[in-house]
Amino acid sequence: MSSVNASLPRTLFRFLGSMNLAITLLVAVAIAAVIGTVLKQNQPYVDYVLKFGPFWFEIFKALDLYDVYSSSWFLTILTFLVISTSVCVYRNTPHMLRDMRNFHEHAHRTALQRLAHHAQWQSAQPLRSSSDYVGALLKHKHYKIKQLDTQDGQLIAAKKGAGSRLGYIFTHVAIVIICIGGLLDGNVPLKIAQMRGDIAVETRRIPASEVPEQSTLPADNLSFRANIDITEGKAANIAFIDFKDGYLVQKLPFTIRVDDFRIEHYESGQPKSFESDLVIIDEDSGAPVRQTISVNHPLSYKGYTIYQNSFGDGGSQLKLALHPLTGTGGQAQEIEATVKQAHPIKTASGELSLEIVDFRPFNVNPDPTGVKKFRNIGPSFQFKLRKADGTAREYINYMQPVQQDGESFYLSGMRRSPAEPFQYWFIPADEEQRPDRFLNFLAALHNPDRLNQVALATARATENSQSLPAAEQQKVADFMITLSRQFIDGGNERISAQIEKSVPEDQRRQVAELYATVLHQFLRNMYLTILEQEGVDIDQPVSDFDMRFFENAVNALNVSHQYGSPFLVSLNSFKHIEATGLQVTRSPGQWLVFPGCLLLAVGVFFMFYLPQRRLWVIIRPDGEKSSLTLAGSALRNRYDFDREFELIRQDLTQKLT
Amino acid sequence: MENLLDQDFKSDGFLTQRSRFDWAWALLVMAGTVFAFSQYRHLMDGFEIAILLGSGLLTVWLGWFWPSLRTFTLAIAGLSLFAIALYGADLSAADSNFFLKYLLASQSAIMWMSALYVMATVTYFGHLFSGNAFTGKVAGCLTWSATAMGMAGLMVRWRESYLMGADIGHIPVSNLYEVFILFSLITALLYLYYEQRYKTRSLGGFVLLVISAAVGFLLWYTFDKQAHEIQPLVPALNSYWMKIHVPANFIGYGSFSLAAMIGVVFILKAGAETRNPNGLAATRLPALPLLEDVMYKAIALGFAFFTLATILGALWAAEAWGGYWSWDPKETWALIVWLNYAAWLHMRLTKGWNGKPMAWWAIIGFFVTLFAFLGVNMFLSGLHSYGEL
Repeated sequence: MSSVNASLPRTLFRFLGSMNLAITLLVAVAIAAVIGTVLKQNQPYVDYVLKFGPFWFEIFKALDLYDVYSSSWFLTILTFLVISTSVCVYRNTPHMLRDMRNFHEHAHRTALQRLAHHAQWQSAQPLRSSSDYVGALLKHKHYKIKQLDTQDGQLIAAKKGAGSRLGYIFTHVAIVIICIGGLLDGNVPLKIAQMRGDIAVETRRIPASEVPEQSTLPADNLSFRANIDITEGKAANIAFIDFKDGYLVQKLPFTIRVDDFRIEHYESGQPKSFESDLVIIDEDSGAPVRQTISVNHPLSYKGYTIYQNSFGDGGSQLKLALHPLTGTGGQAQEIEATVKQAHPIKTASGELSLEIVDFRPFNVNPDPTGVKKFRNIGPSFQFKLRKADGTAREYINYMQPVQQDGESFYLSGMRRSPAEPFQYWFIPADEEQRPDRFLNFLAALHNPDRLNQVALATARATENSQSLPAAEQQKVADFMITLSRQFIDGGNERISAQIEKSVPEDQRRQVAELYATVLHQFLRNMYLTILEQEGVDIDQPVSDFDMRFFENAVNALNVSHQYGSPFLVSLNSFKHIEATGLQVTRSPGQWLVFPGCLLLAVGVFFMFYLPQRRLWVIIRPDGEKSSLTLAGSALRNRYDFDREFELIRQDLTQKLT
Repeated sequence: MENLLDQDFKSDGFLTQRSRFDWAWALLVMAGTVFAFSQYRHLMDGFEIAILLGSGLLTVWLGWFWPSLRTFTLAIAGLSLFAIALYGADLSAADSNFFLKYLLASQSAIMWMSALYVMATVTYFGHLFSGNAFTGKVAGCLTWSATAMGMAGLMVRWRESYLMGADIGHIPVSNLYEVFILFSLITALLYLYYEQRYKTRSLGGFVLLVISAAVGFLLWYTFDKQAHEIQPLVPALNSYWMKIHVPANFIGYGSFSLAAMIGVVFILKAGAETRNPNGLAATRLPALPLLEDVMYKAIALGFAFFTLATILGALWAAEAWGGYWSWDPKETWALIVWLNYAAWLHMRLTKGWNGKPMAWWAIIGFFVTLFAFLGVNMFLSGLHSYGEL
């Protein structure tokens, strides 16, 4: 029994230090790392539910696959890697150090003759002078030598390249040091604290001052990586740590004030640098510290490092105009709005909440021509329109028209959920580069009087109906109005659907063509009244621009029902207020990791480029002459050693003949 | 009898063994370094001055270590200085000056590089099949010329970026287009070193296949995506770290590719020896132990530099991203590549694995490396998305 007990720790120790375990762990880390890159990490849980469905979501969550690198199983593998490497180092270092110092001078001649590299010859030189020459040559070749007299004769044992052994020790110790440093800076302490119930993740969007004590970490936290957005002119003494599906508040032992945030641009418009002017106010040390930080140039203060991480809007003031899209036109409603705030808007169909999500004073986008050039397409703002029932649509409006195939359009993007891409509504810009003409056109199509007027005029002008009585003409006109109503409310799709419902199959095509012609004629006449209103002489042929505008306007009308907003929002003026996104970190582990890295780099080069080599020369007196045995061995790089051994052999055999 | 020791070993030590030529080389390179320093001092911070000095010393050492590099370096210096002189301060000279337009403007030089590499590949295979030594020599010359043109192209491109605007100027290792050129050049130089060292040209065709593939990509990238246009740096890349992190990385990638192609040759040769011992592959290709040795050396070199590059990357990340390690996809894949070759080296050095399995593993390693280099940019997004396709 006792022998089993005694051998168990030894077996365990041997297992932990075995190469097989080490390789298995290396491969396991690699596989885990692959999983972590293939499955996007640390996304909101909602995204994962959408992607995998509730069943797999729970399974993956149980396996910690959304945060592989801080999961307990991954950390366990890493810990075993550290243990395995440590055991290797512990077991091998003593004999490696011994081996480094050892000249292996007790080698027997017969053993040496069995080595792959060996030679034997007679020399006319006496022993003494042979041995002096061998010693000098080997020293010249950077070997360390040891001479001793044995019963075989005189033995010169030589070695070089002890660095490869050191390299082994350095690299393996370095791995252990780096892993320990990394674990110190990881979020293991947070996980432990959470498991013990000392801290709780906050998931609500509430002001930082209301976050409970349990979700707040004290200022003396040794290691963390936290983010904070600070508006220009404002200050903060906390930051937020993203953790699991929520966040924690990290108190800072000082206050960071942001005086200014700037984006410098290249001539072409691409961003050149992001800079923040910071002031650190530390009650302990008195005088505030002022420094400008930028990407690649962080500020280090008392073991904390403050990085330029991102930027955003800090609550810009926007003056907006809401142009009605559904009514009969009239004045745009003007409102003042602040970015990241909600504003109630009264409409005919109830109250809406206008939430400004973001504002950008300019947009430098790749040129649509595909050539790698960039152009500024002016300010844009993003907002949500939320109905009383809580559902919302999100919009993004660009305030300068963009060019497409030589024509100008205002772009307004709409989406129903943040997961979708924006679908853009192309509103043609008029000759003044304004959306006014289109808005007037749309308003006219909502105005019953004008609809009737234009419909009647169109009906009368049509050859077939010229001879009809007035009542019949009114019927034709009413039909046109219905058609245009359907078009505005549901586009061509709606009209086709109507035809499908009410017309027998064999006549549908014919009817559809007729309807299209009538609708087109009617819209065209309506458009002419808009032109007339603008003071265009409509007796002259319609200009090329006006013609193309009409086609684009009809296209825009066709999809207008999908837009889902009772108004088009435009920007009259703005006051831009920016916020800088800072990252504050404290990572004491780096004082292990960086020296560890140095050790690793040195070790790797030692290991490969200072290969260990040994030579033995045995010189036996043979009267006035001497007889020599040369042998050598190399740990690795046999090819290089072949060459070196051959050179030494040639030199010796030529000189000591 | 004492005369044996009279001709004793005066020239002991690395420095005392240097010849007059060696010292002339050192003097020339350092003079160039000092000149560059005096010319561009105002554009460099302390770290960059250190990098300049370091590159000077490294060039001296490389020239001593591998004398062929001297002629090569002088050729590049000559071509680059000539092109810079032709440019003057006017970027549009590229369209009007004959030498620039057809030879030395970065884009033209890189086109020459591409053409020469493809020709070299074909010629190396010609050498392998014909066994004609002269053909082999021609292939070697073509590879040297291609590499010189490519390197000169990069040098000129560096200058061109400054001609576009003082704030746009940067070392041309900042995007996928530029590093593909760097990759070709480094792989070619590594190969040329082993070619001289082991006195065999029969591997050339295989190694240059990888380079030709890179060239193919480069051409597609140029003509289809206009990727050759010089773009200003994004703020995150505007750092001295780029000058050392990227080249170190590409020594790693280049070596791993070289090792993989040697692996292919190994498998061909091993297969041929059993199936057709008198055939072309079995007789013309280098011996298996030599192939194994080169493969090991290439992986060791690549591993050493890849370690260095990853460490430099971590240091840079600590300065730019707020932490030395963020488990960003590129970082993670660098770790995977590193672990893979670490396992390879362990198997070879401590378990003594050799032969076909190690050759196959080197080839698989190449695909892992390829994914870290390209796949991550194509399929995974993260902090490190500078070279998007």
